[in-house]
Amino acid sequence: MVYDANVARAATTTDAFNAVAEPRRRQILDALAGGERPVNDLVTLLGLAQPLVSKHLRVLREVGLVASREAGRQRLYRLNGHPLKPIHDWVKNYERSWSERFDRLDVVLEELKEKEKGNG
Amino acid sequence: MVSTGSAVVTLPTDTQILITRDFDAPKHLVYKAYTTPELIKRWWSGDRGVVNSIDLDLRVGGKWRYVMTANEGFEVAFHGEYSEVVPDERLVSTEAYEGIPDPDAAAAVNTSTFSEKDGRTTLTILAEHKTKENRDMVINSGMEGGMQEAMNHLEEVAVSLR
Repeated sequence: MVYDANVARAATTTDAFNAVAEPRRRQILDALAGGERPVNDLVTLLGLAQPLVSKHLRVLREVGLVASREAGRQRLYRLNGHPLKPIHDWVKNYERSWSERFDRLDVVLEELKEKEKGNG
Repeated sequence: MVSTGSAVVTLPTDTQILITRDFDAPKHLVYKAYTTPELIKRWWSGDRGVVNSIDLDLRVGGKWRYVMTANEGFEVAFHGEYSEVVPDERLVSTEAYEGIPDPDAAAAVNTSTFSEKDGRTTLTILAEHKTKENRDMVINSGMEGGMQEAMNHLEEVAVSLR
């Protein structure tokens, strides 16, 4: 899919769920997960034009996922993971249902192992 | 007791779900428990219901159908068709949820891989959906509310929550 600059529209700024629906913004979050960075770093990493990166950063700041501070002549951006908690919980619920299944599978496997030992 | 850890779910791309779990058993046994109807009956519904029927025809082009009754009383059924069957190694099949209109049009492709090391087996299930909406709907299942968007690399970002 060709990336369209117009995707960073106002409607996506309402909450963290929408903000992280955009792949480029997730890339920015991933980059910031490694530590604070100035915008130029992100421009290089993502290979996007600076105004576009700034636009995404603005969206991420509006939903509280990214914070920034002045450091000398540059502004450093950092990740604030808190708004991601509901998303984390969302996936965790699905994960829990698989954990329940696999806990039962563990019991089946113990029996199969015992049985195999008995036959061997 | 015998639990060897919890399942790990990640969202590698907008259309994928990746489920990973280690088992304290060799892979031929994990494969057996994963593909034998009377054994699947014992684990597939987890704590969320009771399995009614497990039917499968384990060969390329063969079909499968699993049905359970959820604790809430309604029936949940899935079906699909195998496109790859490598015993003890790898299974590829479609998976369609029968609770939606035109299930097959929205079917995912699941790849299950069994890899053994030191007598332990890592099972990975990669579900590839046709659209992000389909993928999100699956994760949403069993959840109240209309959360629709997710993100990938969640595990990396989740570190910052701690």
